[in-house]
Parts: sequence; structure tokens; C-alpha cells
Amino acid sequence: MDIRFSAEEIAFRDELRDWLGEVLPTLGDPPDRDDWTARREWDMGWQRKLYDAGYAGINWPSEFGGRGSTPTEHLIFLEETTRMGAPYVGMNFVAQLHAGPTLILEATAEQQALHLPAMLKGEEVWCQGFSEPNAGSDLASLSTRAIRDGDHYVVTGQKIWTSFGHVADYCELLVRTDQEAPKHRGITWLICPMDLPGIEVRPITTVAGSSEFCEVFFDEVRIPVENRVGDENDGWRVAMVTFSFERGTAFISELLGTMNQLAEMAELARGIRRNGSTAWDDDEIRREIGHLQAEYDALWALTKRVVSQAQRTGMPGPGGSVFKLYYADVKKRMADLAHRMLERDALVLAEDVGDEQTGGDMVASRLYVLSLSIAAGTSEIQRNIIGERILGLPKER
Amino acid sequence: MDFELTDDQVALCDGIRDLCQGRFDIDTVRGLANCGGVDGRLWGELADTGVFSLVVPEEEGGVGLGWAEAGLVFEQLGRALVPGPLVGTLLAARVTDDAVVGFIERTDGPALVEYPDVLNALLVIDREGVWRVDAAELSVEPAQSVDPLTPVGRVAELPQGEEVDGCYGWANRAVFLSSALQVGLATGARELAVAYAQERQQFGKPIGQFQAIKHKCADMYSREEVARAALYYAGCVMDATMGPGLPASPGDYLFFHGCTIDPGDVRGDHEQPDMVRAISGARILAAEAADHNGKDCVQIHGGMGFTWEIDARLYLKRAWALTPCFGSLDEHAERIAAMV
Repeated sequence: MDIRFSAEEIAFRDELRDWLGEVLPTLGDPPDRDDWTARREWDMGWQRKLYDAGYAGINWPSEFGGRGSTPTEHLIFLEETTRMGAPYVGMNFVAQLHAGPTLILEATAEQQALHLPAMLKGEEVWCQGFSEPNAGSDLASLSTRAIRDGDHYVVTGQKIWTSFGHVADYCELLVRTDQEAPKHRGITWLICPMDLPGIEVRPITTVAGSSEFCEVFFDEVRIPVENRVGDENDGWRVAMVTFSFERGTAFISELLGTMNQLAEMAELARGIRRNGSTAWDDDEIRREIGHLQAEYDALWALTKRVVSQAQRTGMPGPGGSVFKLYYADVKKRMADLAHRMLERDALVLAEDVGDEQTGGDMVASRLYVLSLSIAAGTSEIQRNIIGERILGLPKER
Repeated sequence: MDFELTDDQVALCDGIRDLCQGRFDIDTVRGLANCGGVDGRLWGELADTGVFSLVVPEEEGGVGLGWAEAGLVFEQLGRALVPGPLVGTLLAARVTDDAVVGFIERTDGPALVEYPDVLNALLVIDREGVWRVDAAELSVEPAQSVDPLTPVGRVAELPQGEEVDGCYGWANRAVFLSSALQVGLATGARELAVAYAQERQQFGKPIGQFQAIKHKCADMYSREEVARAALYYAGCVMDATMGPGLPASPGDYLFFHGCTIDPGDVRGDHEQPDMVRAISGARILAAEAADHNGKDCVQIHGGMGFTWEIDARLYLKRAWALTPCFGSLDEHAERIAAMV
């Protein structure tokens, strides 16, 4: 075990730090949460800057235009960009971390040539059409159907929790092409342009009052057969393949951002005065901050273990499910602590995204964290995965 | 960066695991409660294997490995419930030739000494340094321990003893090694619970098929993995900070920037901050993982878990016996909070 970075890794970090130091001051203020035109420009503009500087597709293989970095370099990239306050991947999330890697592993050369360069340059927003109202944790039971009609699939059904669906150019869409086959064997993976006739997108307002995700309705939408990735009825495997591209790096920005937030909370606690003492003088609050820091430090160490395993074997270790399960719980406790500390100030939400001084973003965060134990596989599903795949306990069904 | 075990480290873990399975099977371990927690012959085998001289440099006749490896070895010893003053004996290896050595902080009033009947010597740490007290000088009044495998006795007043070292570094290392034992305990308790959940049938199926049990097992595994990551990280930071062996003087240490060394800082609060933070973090997570996994292991065994017959109690009791060691969990949380 060696936690020290190599000379090459340190050089990579220094070069990146220099570039970020130059480019970040030129960016201006981030856009308003609900100004979607400005948010698209902001996210895509950042992606273009990454592309021009050679940092786009940091973990994509170089033959597909990526930088081909090692998992450790990817970790350093995410650590530095978060530490220096660079924009988050935002609406490029699906293209960079999900659809892009899937196309690299499974698509035809034509499909790759059409989409991969555009994704890297920040010219295509992608969204994910996987979940349905009746296919959540049991995703394979999805029922949006596609009927072959000559050179087209005719798609009818409904998708939900489609992040950035209202601004996306393309959708990675799972459809049922065989009604009779066992549920995992009748699914096909399609590239769906979001401007086709018959698609209706309705934003969903979340508990936090924002509209990051949408419902998407498909009414006899004609998608060309050439947009199919992988074989017909082989879409479940294609969808699962993408997860093998995940190398334990999915939550790095999130975790490091949270650690920054905890430091701000400690600062805030030292400043909040009530009845002649500060929140920091409260033993329980101070110790809980120390305790949370211990847990975040441990999760950061766990991330480094998972990334190191990916570097050795090409596949991340089983730490991913553990991380997600544990992190969701710790972050909820941190948000609760913020609430306790703020007392009546916790009634007020920060007016602007990124307002970090008032404590109001911590109140908003208390709502946001509710999604952490639900999105990308609920905590209950993570526990099933750990129980069955890692510990070998018998399956329920 | 490569924060994965090297082939040598994997081989080391396997070797210790094999040794534990061969010599410290569960019946043997239970039986050690009848001889003060240590059997001279088995203890000698641990010593011959190099368990206690792991971090002693090769030129001094030791194994010459680092704290990361010491953590791996102690994790395996905890997993197998191996009893005895393991922490004290390892730490003492460079300063005494005694075979079985305890380690305790000098406080006002009577002291509770672990494994009093089998010690050759007790090392006592205070503001002035670390002192060797011959076991023959101890007048011990027996007390009933919460953990039958950690016998304790009361000593009205600890003799002064003979100075063997300065006080720097000792407490943090003891906390680290004790945390390693607890990560192993958390693993052992989880393994026992999972095995039972696979075999015990109710309502016509193995109870591990019910989510109520399966999810409890998953939580046990998660706690253990997070604590393990914290422990391994702490071991690496210790090696990067201090290297193997014990320092001869405070000058061999890196301390808090600008901090004046407090000779009374027995617990090492002012030692290198990254290291202190990593060790205290590992301590909190390891202690909690061992405690919670011990309790969950009892719960998953149902009524049987509450009986003497089932080994769940051994993991939980050992976890409890190991936690009060150079600072409570609250004090460790305070040490970390001071750095946030």
C-alpha cells in the first residue's frame, strides 16, 4: 500500500493546477438555478474549455479522443477541479460518464464518429431514458415498447427521472422489443434524438423546488434502426456494460465538495453566537463535526482503495455500493447537524445557488441529500447487492 | 498511488490467518480464559513468527516492516479473537526483552491492569516518559472483567519503575494497533453472523433470505469496510511520517507546525496532525464497527445470541474491552474537530 503520488502524477497535478489557476478567474458568475439557457451555455462552455486544454474525456481511451488517463490521474483531476471550485460536470454527466463510455464499448464506428467528438467538445447534451413509473428498482420490467416497422422502431411509452431531459439533444433509451422473452432478454438500447415528432418532455419539480429531471412521453416515435447500439434484445447487457467503465470515481467530486462544506460548517459554528457562547462551544456539535470528518476521511480512503483496485484489475472493487450506502447516511446526518446549529435561521433558504456564507445552502442541502439514498439504485437495492453478491446470502426470489 | 495490498502484504495476511486457524481455533481461544488469557507456548509461537518484532528494524533482529503491516497482522489477530497483551508486547519489543508486556497510562488512584496474572512486565507512560515495572512488583487485587478473555486486576498504586523511553509516539501507536484488532473483530463478528444467517431456517427458508436480516448483514459489511479503509490509511500515514521503530527522542518526530512540545502530552495530541487525525479517525470507526457488528451478531442469532454458548459475545466483549485506550471516542472526535 502506497498512498504517495508518483512523480508523473505530481506533474499531472501541477500542470492541471496551473491551467485551472489561469482559466477559472475568466469564467464569471455561475448562472441562476432555473435559467436553463444560461446553464446549458455554462456547462457546455466549460466542457469546450476542457476539450481545448486536452482534459476532455479524461478517462476515455485516447483512440476515441479521450486523454486515456489512469484511474489515479482521474482521481487527481476530480480532486483538483473540486478543490479549486471549477464547474461540475453538470448536464454533461450522461454524455461523459454514461452514454459516451457505452458508445466506446458497444457502438458502431459510424455511431462513434457521429457522437463521441461532439460529446467531448460540449456540443451534445444527453439524457437517460431508463426508469419508468412502473420500473424503478425493478428496472428490467420496463414496458416502453418498440415495434419494428421497416427501417424504424416505433416507440410508445413513458420514461421518468430523466435528468436534463428538457435540454437534451439525445437520449440513451431502453425499450422492450420482445414482449414474450424473459424480462432481461427483450430489451434494446437505442440512441433517440430528442427532437423527433411524438416526444413530449414535462419537467418534474423536486422537493427542493428545482426541475433537474423530467418525465418523457413517447407517442409512436419513429427511431431509425441504425440508432440501435448492440443487438436487438441485447440492451440489458449493453446497459450493464457501462457500469464496468465506472472505476470508483463517480462520487469523488460529491465527497470532496461535502468535505469543503463541513469545513464551512465548522467555520460557521465558530461564528454563530447565542447567549454569550458559540455553537462551537457546544460539546455535542463540536464532537459531531469531528465524527463526521472522521467518516468523510474514511470514505476518501475507501475511494482511494476502490480506484487502486480499478488501476490494478481494470474493474473497481466492491467498495462502490458500500460507499454509496454509507455516504448517503453520513451526509444526511451532516445536514441535520447544520439544521440544529442554525436554529431559526434554518427556516431560510439561500437565494442564490452557491451562496455559501449564510448557511442557507446547508438548508437546501438538507433537501438535496434526500435523493442520495434513492438515485442510481436505492440504499435498499445497494444492501441487496452487498448481501447477495458480496456476502453470498440467498436471493429473495 | 497504489492503495492496494502488495503481494507481500497479501502473503503476510494469509500467513497470519493460517497461523491463527492452526493454533488459535475457537475452542483453544475459549480455553485461554482459564489460564489468564495467555498460554506460554502459543505466545512463544506468535513471538517466533515475528508478530511482536514486526516494526523492529532488521539490523536489531526484527522483521523490519512498517506500521501498515503491523495493522494488517493485528487485524487478523482480532478476527481470530487471539487474546493477550498484544499491543503492549509489540510496542515493548525495542525497549525490553520481556515476553509478555502490558502498557498503561499512569493516572491518579488505582489502575486496572489487563492480563495481570501472565505479565512479565508492565510499561507505564506518564509525563516524564515510559517506565518498566517488573510484574513481581505489582500487588494485584483480582476484579471481574467484562470480557473473560481480557482478565483484569486492580493495582492500588503503580510503582515508579525504571525509565526505558520518552513518552512520544507511544499512545498514538497503541491506539492504532488496538483499532486494528477491532477492525478484525468487526470482520469476525460479521462472518459469524452471515454464516448463521445462511444456515438458520425459519418460515421454511434461511433467515438470510429476509431483507431484515440481509440488510443488517450488509450494514455490518459496510461499517467494516469503511473502518478498514481508515485503518490502512492511518498505517500508511504513520509510515510516511515516522518510519518503523520507536524514536529515541522528540526530535525524531514531526509536530504540529509552530507548536511548542508539551512534555506532558502523554497522548500525543500534538504529534504530526495528519497522522493524529488519521489515527483518531481509525479509532472511532473501528471501535464503532466492532461494537455495532458485535451487537448485530448477537441480534441475528436471536435467543441463542444471548447465551454463553454462542461466540457472538466474545466479539462484543472484546470490542468493549479495547475501546477505552488512551482517550475516549469523544476525545478522539475532539482531536479531529480541532483540525477541521
